[in-house]
Amino acid sequence: MLLIDCPHCGPRAQSEFVYDRTLDAIVQLAMVPSDAMTTLYTRANPRGWSDELWHHRFGCRTWLVVRRQTVTHAIELVRAW
Amino acid sequence: MGRVSRYSALALLHGALTGQRHWDRAWRDPAPKKSYDVLVIGGGGHGLSTAYYLAKVHGITNVAVLEKGWIGGGNTGRNTTIVRSNYRQPALHNFFDFALGLWEGMSDELNFNVMFSPRGAMFLGHSDSDMTALAQRGDALRCDGIDAELLTRAQVAALVPLLDMSPSARFPVHGGLTQRRGGTARHDAVAWGYARAADTLGVDIIQNCEVTGFTTAGGRVTGVETTRGPIGAGRVGICVAGNSGPVAALAGIELPIEAQTLQAFVTEPVKPMIDTVIMSQSLHCYISQSDKGGIVLGGDPDQFPSYAQRGLPPRLEKAAAEAIALVPALSRLRMVRCWSGTTDMSFDGSPIISALPVDGLYLNGGWCYGGFKATPGSGYAYSTLLATGEPHALARPFGLDRFASGATVDEAGVGPMPQLR
Repeated sequence: MLLIDCPHCGPRAQSEFVYDRTLDAIVQLAMVPSDAMTTLYTRANPRGWSDELWHHRFGCRTWLVVRRQTVTHAIELVRAW
Repeated sequence: MGRVSRYSALALLHGALTGQRHWDRAWRDPAPKKSYDVLVIGGGGHGLSTAYYLAKVHGITNVAVLEKGWIGGGNTGRNTTIVRSNYRQPALHNFFDFALGLWEGMSDELNFNVMFSPRGAMFLGHSDSDMTALAQRGDALRCDGIDAELLTRAQVAALVPLLDMSPSARFPVHGGLTQRRGGTARHDAVAWGYARAADTLGVDIIQNCEVTGFTTAGGRVTGVETTRGPIGAGRVGICVAGNSGPVAALAGIELPIEAQTLQAFVTEPVKPMIDTVIMSQSLHCYISQSDKGGIVLGGDPDQFPSYAQRGLPPRLEKAAAEAIALVPALSRLRMVRCWSGTTDMSFDGSPIISALPVDGLYLNGGWCYGGFKATPGSGYAYSTLLATGEPHALARPFGLDRFASGATVDEAGVGPMPQLR
């Protein structure tokens, strides 16, 4: 189980949080459709460090940036988005 | 008597007199050649069956399967062994039913007992809307000539007497939809059977050989770099579901795939108590009993990217709670083992069997949490693509271009959000 250190609530169990997507998959409103499609539909899918958007859905409902290792599940950084 | 490689009752009987020491090894352990017509990366069930059908159907025997660990050591050995074809979307159920047909003849064809057991695969309906969805699914299946039988509550109770049918049941059972041709198979045997059959036809199975890069010339793939040296190739097929992202990245390609963890667990073995596969899609709970007697249980993926091959306890707890609510007798069994696989979650929930933007490089992946049942069909269709460069007719809907064109095959209808699937 991950322990995610929410900047607002402190360390909380992963079951309070919901993963949304990697940061590079956030579609900007100004993007042309082909770029938006590529952003939404392809992922680096790294085996290693990954910058992700999480939501503290069953807590303070803050959107968080989490830098996380996808093999060891180590978390290096949690900050408000 | 010399070394024997064909399995038969007579050979077994003969061996009874000689201590069974006359058997040949099941497949060779060759050193990689300088080059091959086709390289298949990934020695799981899909890769091995691809190599087998390349040799068997297309007569291409100058083929090597490269496996970074040992064959069948990845997701082939980490699933819940359920085989069925009862999907709602025609593109999916026609493809998986083609695979199911191959399962039915697999033990004979491979001369290897894969213990395919068509004991039926039943979805439970827990509400009126569940039953409507199951009836729609059944109708769609029957329109394509695939068996589907809508069951009343009483029929489900007769099929699985241990289900909680009491008025206070946590998950009331309104009925079910069963596919009697579905069932389970022995997962390791599938890898071993295809490996042995492919090897017999001349395919080199090279284990402990990790691909570390691709070599290209003029935009065309010419081979791979591996931990056992460079190997040349006419065509290269990636078949590493669970690791498609990192392997495609070696060729500079990003895919509509995200890796997640899916876990399963098994109880101590008991006498036969559940003789069909029980599935609930409203709960996402899978229950079957292995031939050894253990109750095999599966549940939700962990729903965030991971290559850890180990899952989170809350997922096990949820699957166990659901299984016990459905079949209360399970509460007395002890869990003996749990395991996890890395699933290639594609962005419409359907597989990808497709050419890649590099000439001569192909991808078979994105099987989400349903790849085992496809093993023979996946290999058959992929061998067609690798041999001819053209997709197999049933695999045509599963090209990589469908994400740009919008023609996705999305059974759950949740788009590029694998954690919602």
